Amino acid sequence: MTLTQNFPFFSIILCMIAGIVTSILKPKAAKALTFFVSGSVVVLSVLTLSLTLRLDSAYPYMMGHFPSPWGNEIRIGRLEALMATGFSVVLCLSLIGGLRHSPAFVSEKKVNLYCIMVDLALAAVLVLIYTNDLFTVYVFIEILTIASCALVVVRQNGHTLVAITRYMIMHLFGSGLLLLGISMLYGITGHLLMEPLGEAVRAIVDTGEYAGPLTVVIALITAGLAIKSAMFPFHSWAPDTYAYAPPLSSAILSGIISKTYIFVLIKFYYRVVGMDVIISQNISPFLFVCGVSGMILASVMAISQRDIRRMIAYSSVAQIGYIYMGLGIGTTAGVEAALFQMLVHSVVKSLLFLATYELINVSGDRKRFRYLHGAGYRNVPAGIVFTVAAMSMVGIPFTGGFIVKLNLAISGMVFGGWMRSLVLIALAISTLLNGVYFLHTVVSIYRRPPGDIAYPPAEKIPPYALVALFASMLLIIYLGIGSEPILRVIQTGLMTFS
Amino acid sequence: MWQLLYQNLEQTVSVILFCIGFTILLLQRNLIRKIIGLNIMDTAIYLFLASMGYISGRKAPIIAEGVTEAAAYINPIPSGLVLTGIVVAVSFTGIMLALTIRLYRRYHTLNIDEIALLAKGEDA
Repeated sequence: MTLTQNFPFFSIILCMIAGIVTSILKPKAAKALTFFVSGSVVVLSVLTLSLTLRLDSAYPYMMGHFPSPWGNEIRIGRLEALMATGFSVVLCLSLIGGLRHSPAFVSEKKVNLYCIMVDLALAAVLVLIYTNDLFTVYVFIEILTIASCALVVVRQNGHTLVAITRYMIMHLFGSGLLLLGISMLYGITGHLLMEPLGEAVRAIVDTGEYAGPLTVVIALITAGLAIKSAMFPFHSWAPDTYAYAPPLSSAILSGIISKTYIFVLIKFYYRVVGMDVIISQNISPFLFVCGVSGMILASVMAISQRDIRRMIAYSSVAQIGYIYMGLGIGTTAGVEAALFQMLVHSVVKSLLFLATYELINVSGDRKRFRYLHGAGYRNVPAGIVFTVAAMSMVGIPFTGGFIVKLNLAISGMVFGGWMRSLVLIALAISTLLNGVYFLHTVVSIYRRPPGDIAYPPAEKIPPYALVALFASMLLIIYLGIGSEPILRVIQTGLMTFS
Repeated sequence: MWQLLYQNLEQTVSVILFCIGFTILLLQRNLIRKIIGLNIMDTAIYLFLASMGYISGRKAPIIAEGVTEAAAYINPIPSGLVLTGIVVAVSFTGIMLALTIRLYRRYHTLNIDEIALLAKGEDA
């Protein structure tokens, strides 16, 4: 066993210890520690990724003193390491770009409490990515829910309180469904670790005994995680939460946390149930329909918004629709496209939330489009990164969004007849709708401002924040022109995933 | 059918309780009632788990009086899961109650619809 094999464990435990230590630190030290932790997690995840690329298969890592069928373990493979790397990079860049705004939404004395929640959220995200145990999934999903609730509610404002109450109600409902599903699965199989569970489920499918309960379990867990990741008909909590949370929290919530739930769902499908069962139980057509309707209807709702942050929140729901459409297609190519979309969207969406906040800031904290006219001139860097991110959302070539749509279209080509046309038409309509609202926004931030509005003097963005914003922007372009290696990692990772 | 339900009485009851709980959580407009619904829902799952791990005639899995063979005890894992779940439910109840207090101090009502209306009115 080499030292590098321990790195995923180190990164998890580092976040947890940092979360505990931060509570007694002064605000400045707390911020520094959070930066340090997120940076170290990036380094550790990159090293883990390079290790897993050298290994042929994933390896399990025992947590505690009990071996496989009884104890708890994490599993480290290419796909997990890639996701951990992607999410930690996004978190690190968002922190550098967004934590400097903290005085606007949390009092200076309580910044360390905010930092605790960031650390805990990162720990929970990493555990959910790596874990091999279904009950650990439940526990850390709850920790993630608590952390994200605290990340939102730091802003003491009526809208935020109402939004977070709705958020909590929907998420608690989702957790309840998930817990019931896991309990029933334990009841019919007697296992919680994913490998023995997978074998037991295959035995159930082969013999046909308990086939009914198995369907109920799959439906419960799918519904629980779909609610938590804002899949289209269950998205009601998302727009308000994303729009009224502090910008950094919206970036973390919609960029990283909602994707983590989907990754857990993919993990459940591939490692526990098997994708063939998902298709034969008609779960994937359901996901496909939800994904497609989300892509189109959420975009329509985004067009009707007057508040730029609500528009971006609705576009988040639409983009989650792409992920579920990829999952719903059910082929390996579809799931690969969904995984790539998770990475691209987490970079783009977190950048959009941060850039939007900069644009709103130079427009006197007003979020209506009319007041945003000319914001692209008042804050040139934010305007540039917003434009590039919006182009990726629409799917202009040389950005990550283009590769996603291309791969989704290719994965839809394996079908014949109406299914193929449905995939292509849905992609075309949603691209058109994305174009309508994002290009409208880009045009409106570059329009001549009305003369009767007084804008506050523009503040200078510190160089480190500029570096973070432009690094995210370059990442989007890299995902658009250099996506080959990443797609290959996803492909080979998915092969060794089940 | 009825006999099957009667044979699995604990599971049947817990699923009914779960449905009652989540209906309250989703449909009641009063925040305190929602929190009570949440607790009913979670408790139903603990009943489900605990009844699954129980083997009649055996003891709680705490080694006492030197009896070490596994056949003397019930399955310990569901009990462990229930304990973990209780901790989670307590912390969530705490958070929800804290949110309710904050909302009540601000809007002097517990009805979520009225609160949403009042919050919207703050903009104007």
